Amino acid sequence: MPLTESWQTAEIPGPKKASLIIKPEIADAMIRRAKRPIMIVGHGAIEYEIEGNKLIDCIIELAKKANIPVVVTASTSREFQGRGFKTAGLMPAMDIGNRLKDPAWMGLDGKGNYDLAIFVGLPYYMEWTILSGLKHFAPQVKTMTLDCVYQPNASWSFPNSTIKDWAANFRGIIEHFGESP
Amino acid sequence: MAKKGLTLKIGELHSDIASLRNVNISIGAVTGERWGEPMGPTPFPSLTTLRSWDHILLDRYKPFYLPFCDLCCLCTFGKCDLTGNKRGACGIDMAAQQSRIVLLASSIGAATHIAHARDLVGHVIGEFGRSHPIDVGGNAIEVEAPHTRLVCGIKPETLGDLEEILEYCENQVTQLLAVTHTGQEGSCLDFESKVLHAGMIDHVGMEIADIAQISAYAMPKADPESPLVDLGMGTVDIRKPVILVIGHAVPPAAGIIDYMRDNDLESKIELTGICCTALDMTRYSSQAKIIGPISWQLRYIRSGVPDLIVIDEQCIRCDTLVEAAKIQAPVIATSEKNCCSLPDRTADPAEEIVSDLVSGRIPGALILDTQKVGEVAVRTVSEVAKKRRKFKNLPSVDEIVRMAKKCTQCAQCRRACPNDLPILYAVKAAASGNLRGLDEIYDDCVGCGRCESACTQKIPLHSIIVAAADRMTKEESYCIRSGRGAIQDVEIRKVGGPIVLGEIPGVVAFVGCANYPKGSREVAEMCMEFAKRRYIVCTSGCAAMSAGMYRDENGKTAYELYPGSFEAGGIVNVGSCVSNAHISGAAIKIASIFARRPLRGNYEEIADYVHNRVGAVGVAWGAMSQKAAAIASGFWRLGIPVVVGPHGSKYRRMLLGRSDRTEDWYVHDARTGEDVYGGPVPEHLFFAAETKEEAMVMVAKLAMRPNDTTKGRAIKLSNYIDLHRRLIGNMPPDISLFVRKTADIPVTMKDEVERHLADAGWTEKEIPDPTLLERMIRKSKEA
Ligand code: SF4
Ligand code: SF4
Ligand code: SF4
Repeated sequence: MPLTESWQTAEIPGPKKASLIIKPEIADAMIRRAKRPIMIVGHGAIEYEIEGNKLIDCIIELAKKANIPVVVTASTSREFQGRGFKTAGLMPAMDIGNRLKDPAWMGLDGKGNYDLAIFVGLPYYMEWTILSGLKHFAPQVKTMTLDCVYQPNASWSFPNSTIKDWAANFRGIIEHFGESP
Repeated sequence: MAKKGLTLKIGELHSDIASLRNVNISIGAVTGERWGEPMGPTPFPSLTTLRSWDHILLDRYKPFYLPFCDLCCLCTFGKCDLTGNKRGACGIDMAAQQSRIVLLASSIGAATHIAHARDLVGHVIGEFGRSHPIDVGGNAIEVEAPHTRLVCGIKPETLGDLEEILEYCENQVTQLLAVTHTGQEGSCLDFESKVLHAGMIDHVGMEIADIAQISAYAMPKADPESPLVDLGMGTVDIRKPVILVIGHAVPPAAGIIDYMRDNDLESKIELTGICCTALDMTRYSSQAKIIGPISWQLRYIRSGVPDLIVIDEQCIRCDTLVEAAKIQAPVIATSEKNCCSLPDRTADPAEEIVSDLVSGRIPGALILDTQKVGEVAVRTVSEVAKKRRKFKNLPSVDEIVRMAKKCTQCAQCRRACPNDLPILYAVKAAASGNLRGLDEIYDDCVGCGRCESACTQKIPLHSIIVAAADRMTKEESYCIRSGRGAIQDVEIRKVGGPIVLGEIPGVVAFVGCANYPKGSREVAEMCMEFAKRRYIVCTSGCAAMSAGMYRDENGKTAYELYPGSFEAGGIVNVGSCVSNAHISGAAIKIASIFARRPLRGNYEEIADYVHNRVGAVGVAWGAMSQKAAAIASGFWRLGIPVVVGPHGSKYRRMLLGRSDRTEDWYVHDARTGEDVYGGPVPEHLFFAAETKEEAMVMVAKLAMRPNDTTKGRAIKLSNYIDLHRRLIGNMPPDISLFVRKTADIPVTMKDEVERHLADAGWTEKEIPDPTLLERMIRKSKEA
C-alpha cells in the first residue's frame, strides 16, 4: 500500500498530510530541534509489543534518553508507576490536546507551551481527530506520532509499517538519538 | 400490562402512606399553582432568545474543534480547502465549518425525533381522537411534560394539544436548517448556540413522542416495577415462526401485537425486535423479545432465525432488503421515510399481499397502514416459516476453513474495521482450523460489515465471525426491565434534596447507540459499578439493552440486581431513544418540584439551577447517530455534561472546560452578589474518553456541582478518589481543585488527601449559593 495512505482506509483528511519518518534520523532531528517537546502516551502503549519488548518500555527508554516529559492518559499511568518512571502529568488525551492548542498555556511545568507533541498509543481514530484539531488550530505546535501506522494529520508520521520495520525504526531512534549531525 | 402498571403504583403508594398523604396535599397545591403559574420570560424561544445563556456556557466550555475533513463540499463553489486559517469561497473558516456540521447533525437528529413524534401523534389521534387525555403516570405525575412546560409554557392535556407544540418544533428545526445554508452564520459560537437550541427543541420533540405513545398504548406509566422482558438471540424459540421488527416507530409492531392478540396467536409466533422499536413493543407487550442493539442487525438476519422482517424508521441498515433476500425472508416496509424501493401495496387487500410475499413474487411490500401490517405480517410469517425452514446465510466450519484459505493477508479488512480488529490474523488461524480468533472478534464487533465489503478475496467475513461465535449467539439469553417512561413526582421529592446537596453522588444516564470501542459489556459494567456506588443510574435506547447483556458471577443481569426506581442504587430503564426526555425531564423536575423554581417558559433559570446543583451526567458510550448529537445538545443547554466513547471524538468538537484557568470558574453568590470561585465543576460539557476506565473516573468527577454541601462533596470525592485509585492507580492529581473546605475531605481518606492538599498549597474556599445569572442574585435575596 502507498506509504501515505491512512491506516483506516476511509480516514482521508485532505490536502495537508504528514511528512514521513522514513528513517530514524528524521525523528531524531525533529526531537532535537524542538525546544520544548512533550510526549502523550495512550493505553495502546501497554497493549502493543515491539518484537518482544512492550511498547511502553521503548517509550520510557526514548523519553529518558531524549529527556522528553511524558503525559499519560488514563489506564496507562499505573504501568509507568510500576516501572518507577516519573511522568510529567496524567491527563485525558482530549484535555492535553485542548491545552496544547492554547498558545497561552504555560505547560505542565509552568514554563510555557510545547513546540513538539509526540503522540503514541491512542486509538487510531481518536489520535487522528486530536491531531486534526492541532493541525488546524495550533500552528505553533508541530506533531509527531510514533505509532506503526500512518497518521495523516500529524506533522510527521511513520508510514504503515510491519512490526519488524516499526521496531527497527523505533530502536533506531532510541539507539542513535543525538548521534546524527 | 397497563392494568398491572396501575395496580403496582397504587400498591407502592399504600406501602408508603406518610409520603402518600404529603404528596397528595402538595400535588393539589401544585396543580392550582402550576396551572395558574404566571408565564415566564421565554415561552416559545426563537433562535436567539436564549443566546446569552448559551454564551455563558460556551465561554466556559469552549469548543475544541476536531475537523473530520479539511474540506467543505457543501456548494458548487467548492470543494474548498479550509486547512489552518484558510477560508472557503463563501468566507467561512474551519471553526465555523465544523460547528456548522455539528448544527447540521443536531438539526437532522431533532428533525428525526420531531417527525417521528408528528407521525405518532397523527397516528394515535387517528385511533383515539384529539381529546384523548394525556396520561404518563396517573396520580403519580403532576408535571406531565416538563420540557414542554419549560420551553413552550404550555401544559398539554390531550393528544390534540401536542400538535401545537410540534408545530413550534417543526418551525424551529426549519429555521435551524436554514442557518446551515451557504452564507448565513459565519461565527462558530453563533452556530454553537444554535446547536444548543436544536438540542432543546429535540428534547421537546422526544417528550411529545413518548407522551403520545405512553398515553395511547397503555405502556408502563412511570412504573418502577415494569416487567422484566427477554433479551438476546438465545431467548428466541426458533421452532416458531419469527418476526423481526427493526427501527423506532412502534405503531406497526403494535399492529402486529394487536392482530396476534385478536387471533390468539401470541404464544404461537415469536415477535422479536432490534433497536428502539424492540424496546417500545416490550412496553406494549411483555411477551415480545428484544434481540439487541442496532449492531445486531446483520448477525441476527444472517442467522436465518427471522422469517419475516418488518422495518419502520431510523437506524435501519440500508441493505436490509439485500440481506433479507439472502435468507429468503420477505420485508415489509412501513414508513414513508424508508420505502426501501418496495411497491406500495397499502391499498391492496391483505390476502393478495400475503400471497405475493409467501410465493416470493415480490421481495417485500410497502404498507402504510399499521392494522394491515399486523394482519399481513402475521399471516405471512406463518406460511413463510414453513417454506424457508430457518434458511441461514452462515457458513459451516468446513466452509469457513475453506474460505479462510483464500486470504492473502492484505489487511484491507482490518483497515476497514472501525475498531481495528485483527481480522486477518483470525482468518489466518481459521485457515488451519482454529476458530478461536474469529470467535473473540465477535465480542468487539459492531456489526458494520465493512470488513466484508473491503475483502479483496470476497470472503464473507462478518458471516464467518458470527458463524464461529455460534455457541455465543445461542447463549445470549438475558433480561431487561421494560421502559418505565417518566419519573414520578414522589420519587423526585424523595431524591431531590439528596441530589442537590450532593448526598446522592450523582445521576448517571447511559444512553445512545452501540458504536462501542470494546463491545456491549463495558456499558453493563459501568452501570453496575455506579449502581453499586449508590448513584442513580438511568438507561435508554441501545445502551439500555447493553446494560442487560451481561451476567455477574452469580448469573444475574443488572436489571435483576438493582431496582427500577429512581433512587440511589436504582437502574432505571426509561425506554427508547425518545424516552431520553424523561431523564433530562427529571433534572428539570428537581428544579421545579423539589426546589419550586418557576417552570413555565423559564428556561434560563431552570438550566442555571440544573447546571449548578443537579449532579447529572450523560454517558453515550457508543454514540453514533445524528439523533445522539441532538440528544447530547439538549443536555448541554441544561448545563448537563455528556461523556462519549472514543468514537465520539468524530462528532467534530468537544466542549471542554479548563480547570487550570481559575478565572473561568467564578459564579455569582446569589446570597451576597459577590463573584466567588466555585471550582471547575462540572469540568466539561462534552468529553470523549479514551477508555472505560477514563470515562468512569470522569463521570464521578463531572457529577460534582458548586452547590454540593460539604457532606455531599465528601461523598462525591470519595467516589472520585476511590475510582481513580482503583482504575488509574493513584490519587487524582487535581484533587485540590475540588476540596473547598476541610469538611469536604472524605473521612476515610483524610491523611492522604491532606498531604496532597499541603503539597498543592491549598487553602479553604467559600461555598457559594451558585448562579451564573446576574438577575438571580436579587431574586435569591428576596427568597
Ligand atoms: S459552503 Fe463555503 S466553504 Fe463550503 S464549498 Fe461552498 S463556498 Fe466552499
Ligand atoms: S463487521 Fe465487525 S469485524 Fe467487520 S469491520 Fe465491522 S466491526 Fe470490524
Ligand atoms: S481483506 Fe480478505 S484477503 Fe485481505 S486480509 Fe482480510 S480476509 Fe484476508
